[in-house]
Amino acid sequence: MGKRVVITGMGVCAPNAVGLEQFKSALSSGRNGIHFQQELQDLNFGCQIAGKPDINKVELNKYFNSVQLKSEPGSGLVYGVIAGTDAWKDAGLEIKNDSEPDWETGVIFGTGLLGVDRFRESVLQIDQGQVRRLGSTAVVHTMASGISAYLGGILGCGNQVTTNSSACTTGTEGILIAWERIRQGSAQRMLVGSTSDSGPYIWGGFDALRILPRAYNDNPGKASRPMSATATGFVPGSGAGALVLESLESARNRGARIYAEVLGGTVNSGGQRQGGSMTAPNPFAVQRCIQHSLEVAGIEAREIDAINGHLTATSKDAEEIMNWSIALGLRAKEFPYINSFKSTIGHCLAAAGSIESVGAVLQLKEGQVFGNVNCHDLDPAIEDIIHRSRVPENTIPVSPEIIAKASFGFGDVNACVIFKKISEEI
Amino acid sequence: MTESQYYQKLKSIVSPYLPEDVSVDQIQADSHFIRELNINSANLVDIVLDVEDEFDIVLENEDMEAMQTVRDAMAIIERKRSV
Repeated sequence: MGKRVVITGMGVCAPNAVGLEQFKSALSSGRNGIHFQQELQDLNFGCQIAGKPDINKVELNKYFNSVQLKSEPGSGLVYGVIAGTDAWKDAGLEIKNDSEPDWETGVIFGTGLLGVDRFRESVLQIDQGQVRRLGSTAVVHTMASGISAYLGGILGCGNQVTTNSSACTTGTEGILIAWERIRQGSAQRMLVGSTSDSGPYIWGGFDALRILPRAYNDNPGKASRPMSATATGFVPGSGAGALVLESLESARNRGARIYAEVLGGTVNSGGQRQGGSMTAPNPFAVQRCIQHSLEVAGIEAREIDAINGHLTATSKDAEEIMNWSIALGLRAKEFPYINSFKSTIGHCLAAAGSIESVGAVLQLKEGQVFGNVNCHDLDPAIEDIIHRSRVPENTIPVSPEIIAKASFGFGDVNACVIFKKISEEI
Repeated sequence: MTESQYYQKLKSIVSPYLPEDVSVDQIQADSHFIRELNINSANLVDIVLDVEDEFDIVLENEDMEAMQTVRDAMAIIERKRSV
């Protein structure tokens, strides 16, 4: 038995809200964060809508110093620093500039491709023979670990500072890496999260794959339809989510507010076998991942009150429900409540797992399961497996105690984590 | 352009790169960029690019190496502009 790990702080920069309080009310009320994007139309995208955090009102000089701001950090860097710094402060931690680093605190902040706009500019400059004009930040704005490097420096972290990358599993995987590190006593505290840039250079490849909805450019609020019979693809999103994970001991010692306990979980891969491929999950691997997560967490399937699925709004949603049902051995009315936040924020890619985990943990805190938007026409293939009532269309006050969160990504990689409500007195 | 004009322009180029514990008033003609103004060597790269843009000149590697103080910079800029 390793150390128990709890969540003591959270921050989020999501398409439908920036900041924890706003995000809670956005998810609770089903506020849409998906909008028409002129630049995608100008570039002849089939899908011209996306989820993009509105940071116009955020005072960036509270997060970056003037030299950092002058270098114009890219969107992913900005979202990640906002979410990460907010989580740190939400955990009641200070930023000390005149002390040695905090040797017991590290950062795991993942991404897919960081600073893609800056990378494009750099490529164009290099191709024009102007490599000498790149400036000092061309490297740190475009290295994947730029986001963990920025946060580690801003916060003064002296433990492991790194970036993980596993496509759409990134954020959920990061939580499990941090959980493991604290559990085994290698760190007392880890800031964990993930971020994803906005813009055509991130989203273009998915448009080319023809897995994004094309029929909703003039009706963006209806486009992201997880579990719906009329789902036609995922809406691309962007943003960042962050959580402070900490040993229960450390949290108690400093009297921190505790959102939830991370009971544990599993990451695995389907090896692109048994029906799995670069872009589709091996169902047996997904089931193993879920089952093993329950074992690691030491809970029974029936103890799960709610699932926050990966559920992107493609034809794969019914298969995901089937995998959950088989893995848990639960069907129809026995099946836990299940939801997907992607209906209002889209699929935030590398940031999906962290943003959605923040939302999942907020459900424990609020005693609610947030409603699903755009699935009034539930896919009949899903209704064959689970009862309609398990897919709430409105937020319900059912005081969940245990929530399972899973993410699945390109490369046939899976991650599942179990969160449990914890009373502050224990 | 007078020396004072060069100095003022350089001052406004350099000031955004000052660390928080160094004030704009500390930028003097004899100030050493790295040792006295605490500008990190990476940001000196950006100052050189801003100088190039402002004065429409190209600074070579040896110019950058010679640019240790504000006064060095003014001399190099003037020489480049008079070519």
